[in-house]
Amino acid sequence: MTDTIQLAHGSGGLENQQLIHDLFFTAFDNPVLAAGEDAALIEGGRLAVSTDSFTVSPLFFPGGDIGTLAVAGTLNDVAMRGARPQHITVAFIIEEGVKMNMLIRIINSMREELAVSGAQVIAGDTKVVPRGVIDQLMINTTGFGTIVSDCNTRRIAAGDHLIISGDIARHGACIFAAREEIAIKGLTSDCCTLWPAIAPLLEAGLDVHAMRDATRGGISAVFNEWAQQTGLNFNLHEDNIPVSSEVRGFAEILGIDPYILACEGVFVMAVAAQDSAAVINLLHRHGHPRAALVGAVETTQGTATVLLHSAYGTKRRLEYPSGEILPRIC
Amino acid sequence: MKAADTLLQMVRSTDAIRAFAKRIEIDAAQLKKPLRVMEVCGGHTHAILQYGLDQLLPQSVKLIHGPGCPVCVLPQHRIDAAINLAWRPNTILVTLGDMIRVPGSQGISLQQTRAAGADVRYVYSPLDCLAIAADNPDKNIIYVAIGFETTTPMTALLLEQTQSKQLNNLFFHCNHVLVPQAMERILAAGGAVDAFIAPGHVSVMAGAKQYQHLAEKYRTPVVISGFEPVDLLDAVLRIINQVNSGVAEVDNAYSRFVKTAGNHKAQQLVATYFEPHDDFLWRGIGRIPGSALKLRSTFGDRDAEVQFPESCPAPTEEKPGNCLCGLILMGLAQPTDCPLFADGCTPQNPQGSCMVSNEGACAAYYKYRRES
Ligand code: SF4
Repeated sequence: MTDTIQLAHGSGGLENQQLIHDLFFTAFDNPVLAAGEDAALIEGGRLAVSTDSFTVSPLFFPGGDIGTLAVAGTLNDVAMRGARPQHITVAFIIEEGVKMNMLIRIINSMREELAVSGAQVIAGDTKVVPRGVIDQLMINTTGFGTIVSDCNTRRIAAGDHLIISGDIARHGACIFAAREEIAIKGLTSDCCTLWPAIAPLLEAGLDVHAMRDATRGGISAVFNEWAQQTGLNFNLHEDNIPVSSEVRGFAEILGIDPYILACEGVFVMAVAAQDSAAVINLLHRHGHPRAALVGAVETTQGTATVLLHSAYGTKRRLEYPSGEILPRIC
Repeated sequence: MKAADTLLQMVRSTDAIRAFAKRIEIDAAQLKKPLRVMEVCGGHTHAILQYGLDQLLPQSVKLIHGPGCPVCVLPQHRIDAAINLAWRPNTILVTLGDMIRVPGSQGISLQQTRAAGADVRYVYSPLDCLAIAADNPDKNIIYVAIGFETTTPMTALLLEQTQSKQLNNLFFHCNHVLVPQAMERILAAGGAVDAFIAPGHVSVMAGAKQYQHLAEKYRTPVVISGFEPVDLLDAVLRIINQVNSGVAEVDNAYSRFVKTAGNHKAQQLVATYFEPHDDFLWRGIGRIPGSALKLRSTFGDRDAEVQFPESCPAPTEEKPGNCLCGLILMGLAQPTDCPLFADGCTPQNPQGSCMVSNEGACAAYYKYRRES
């Protein structure tokens, strides 16, 4: 381990994962935590719980704000486990001097986002810290939901089809562009609550094995984590992965791989092959028109890898993201 | 975005890629001996590995990776200087992306220096320094400039604006290096390369003409290429055709952006503010006369090396240890030739600069090729 915490330790990539495993999993070791899913199951497997802290600069961005994120992000983690999001706790850490009307605006977006899933805030906390201690505002939320069908990484099997629910990397690209003040027309965050898309799949009894929202580290982090946890190969067809022209343009200018950029309203699923067409069909009808079949899971003799296949017959690894995301120099 | 979109689709189109690969296979069959083509630019290396273009080439055409990664060729004493400058009192050190990841001689990077408390920032556009300088009038802003001919005009523009806005708190630590000089060094050493794919972005600024004397003097084809699959395959095909017809000239396969004369305004701007640096050490390669730029002496009051000499250590040749970066940058070895590759040396624990920088050849191999 390094002597100091670096930004890379929080960026959803390799360093982040190492920190979690070497420090937290070791210190707090127990079977529920060790499962390593985005949401934990307690109460005999009936209740899914997930917690997340939110800090984003700028606080307001095209397509949402920190409030939208804090609600959607945590409830999505609950939904990805196959649970109906019902309750959420909210804790604010606010920097002295923050404008009241800004806070009101953020609270209003949280209320609007809660309405999408019908979840309710059941407890909260507020701390105000002296100017300069934090940058304006941080929010922590903890979400609770009741299990409809337990979706988890252990259920992923060779032969499963891989689906991505929409065009990737919009949130990451949008925040990056806003921070660097690069204007890209039409580039907005994809931030949204995913339960309305998940509910019909579970209600229809479709054989969904695992789901993960592709937040920090993008789809690359999800597939690599799955490969590591299952020991299986993940084969993806690059041409089928939905990417908007705005994100493509952004990636081109900065030399950044869209596969490692965060989504906040796009998720990845492993489903039984016979149900994949039905899953895609339902996703198309429930607000995710770009959902697509992108690949399949396979057994491997060697180390489990994520492979990207091009339409012209070449292939390459999709690497676990690592380090800070930095634009190229030349 | 629409026009750009169609263009992107065109240069990435599966049909076009397949057609070029087929043509290359046919024409390469006429080659009398295996052809070693060096892509000078780190951006090309990444595109080649990312799209798997080397997998489309016949055995007789081998791509060799070159020195065109600005962070990889920067010697440690200059990274040490940047770190020392960052620790000066009342200082904000600003640089470009990847520069913050490379460790200096003590194994510490600017990123770690930032985590330890120094104010280190990276910008996408050097001109962002103007706002940082204006917002922090009581601090010294030191811009660590880095890059090939592509980024130099932006630094020159920043200097011009610094002068005209009279921002007396903005200084420059200049690490701009030049592509043709590095190419010539490789050709003069001899034996590694039969032809070059020359960098697209660099040539947009500097023009196709800057490679003319190399093609003539060393009878080596030089083809300028863009960064998309079709661009690169087109460049390879043009090289094969030159070799097959016994010619060696500069050809421009990126004419949608590159003009023979380059960008005259950018060149003038650079000439106004910079002069050749005669004592610049390239990491792993050594001294190459006139291969870098420094601020003209008239702008000594802006030059961090002049203003803060105590923070800028003298050039020292480095011992490479087991790292093959020097050979790789010269085209004499491939990353997979290195026994440390992916074993003792990874992006998280890099032993050499080719693994640290995202634009380095070892990083590209690690990213796209490890275990597959
Ligand atoms: S793998 Fe590491 S040690 Fe080997 S040449 Fe590359 S950077 Fe140097």
